[in-house]
Amino acid sequence: MSTHEIDVAAISPDSVRIETGRPAPDGDPTLATAGAGSKRYAGAALEARDIYMKFGPVEVLRGADLSAPAGTVACIIGPSGSGKSTLLRCLNGLEARTSGTVLLDGEDTATMNPNVLRQRVGMVFQHFNLFPHKTALQNITLALTTVKKMPAAQAEALAMQGLADVGLADRARHRPTQLSGGQQQRVAIARALAMQPQVMLFDEVTSALDPELVKGVLQLMAELAKGGMTMVVVTHEMGFARQVADTVVFMDAGKVVEVGTPEAIFDAPQSPRLRKFLSQVL
Amino acid sequence: MNDLLRNFFDWDLISSVLPDLLTYGLRNTLILAVISSLLGSVIGMVLAVMALSHRWYLRLPARVYTDIFRGLPAVLTILMVGEGVFSAQISWLASPYPVAIFALSLMAGAYIGEIFRSGIQSVEKGQGEACRALGLTHGQALRLVVIPQGVRRVLPALVNQFIGIIKDSSLVYFLGLITSQRELFRIGQDASVSTGNLSPLLATGLCYLVLTIPLTHLVNYIDHRLRVGTRPTVEPDEPSSTTPLEVLV
Repeated sequence: MSTHEIDVAAISPDSVRIETGRPAPDGDPTLATAGAGSKRYAGAALEARDIYMKFGPVEVLRGADLSAPAGTVACIIGPSGSGKSTLLRCLNGLEARTSGTVLLDGEDTATMNPNVLRQRVGMVFQHFNLFPHKTALQNITLALTTVKKMPAAQAEALAMQGLADVGLADRARHRPTQLSGGQQQRVAIARALAMQPQVMLFDEVTSALDPELVKGVLQLMAELAKGGMTMVVVTHEMGFARQVADTVVFMDAGKVVEVGTPEAIFDAPQSPRLRKFLSQVL
Repeated sequence: MNDLLRNFFDWDLISSVLPDLLTYGLRNTLILAVISSLLGSVIGMVLAVMALSHRWYLRLPARVYTDIFRGLPAVLTILMVGEGVFSAQISWLASPYPVAIFALSLMAGAYIGEIFRSGIQSVEKGQGEACRALGLTHGQALRLVVIPQGVRRVLPALVNQFIGIIKDSSLVYFLGLITSQRELFRIGQDASVSTGNLSPLLATGLCYLVLTIPLTHLVNYIDHRLRVGTRPTVEPDEPSSTTPLEVLV
């Protein structure tokens, strides 16, 4: 367990904010009233050992390891095509690994029913993947009523609470197309959290967002981390990785090249490949 | 010129055939078309799901079925199915209406299956992945998320198909009908043949249009509503790059 000392205000995307003449998202009242910061989560330990993965003849992963002790945040960084997302998707079985072991709280996930595994390991996607024919609320209740067999009223109450936690209680009846990208992503996070997972996987969740909407999502993720959720985060937001991560994992060509604390990775990179990568992104 | 007018617009003939058309003619056409559309949709959905399966032994029969029933003329299928049923002496099926409905449904299923398949295939891969990431089974994901979205996208094509079924239902007359079994086309044709005037067929044509034109506009309306969303009171927030939206009203 680590204690997260996060200066949330210091997390900012390395991007230019566009002046619009409308209230800036800095003064976002929805987040100020959000209760996610005070919530506690029961994070579980997640460990991946020696993961190999082939797409046809292409070896995407060539023996990747990852360890996220309970309640910690592991950020995966690296150039595109290095296998970051594939490794993440192997963790909840969305991608079938060729070989290797994934342990959830020490238990081999290969022996679990994949649908049970995925209830325990939630995931948020780059393109949100909300269900466009359902409202924000229904997006959350769907899995509660079908997978968890929860009565509709109870599922709705839980979903409303979840939306309130991400500051979107007033958007419950909106459809995804009626929400901004940042709001959609927060609904997607609430949808994953409603299943009460022990681990959350984030796959470049701010990459498809407009620059000024990135911050709200990152703040929410930082609050989750603070609440004790185990998180594995594939990200290009180096500021977030430095602030929130307990471990930073640098991947290149299907392998983990360097692992360490944010300070070690960003301030004292060892391998030439990491140094080159950092010089390109920072 | 007058002859031509009288041949098409003989009001006396039209008004004498209209009662038959509007009572049992319209009803019989609707019975054929509606039931065939419903059964065809069920067959089509089964075919679409089979065609999208990863298992070849589900894909193959769906493919063969679709190729056969989409590739044959409607009239030939109706006659073959009719003769088949009559010669096999399946008594409960062996009358023109069940046979016609059966044959029309078989054909409609092939077309509707392809429509459903294209719709389901057009749904982004991420939708199914989001379901699986939440712990839904493949079947639940299809039933609750992927198919509903796919079907919405092909509603216009689906209604085109229903219009086609309404028109094809006229072919039931090849199976031989008694007076009260006649549908729109047969009533119009009989009246036309016995009077040597085309006006009854004109009236019949109008009856078909009364069925098909509203259907076209209905689907445009549904399509529009689905695109806009069912709650027009809520202004969609512009997802433009210059709009911070996390602002409470």
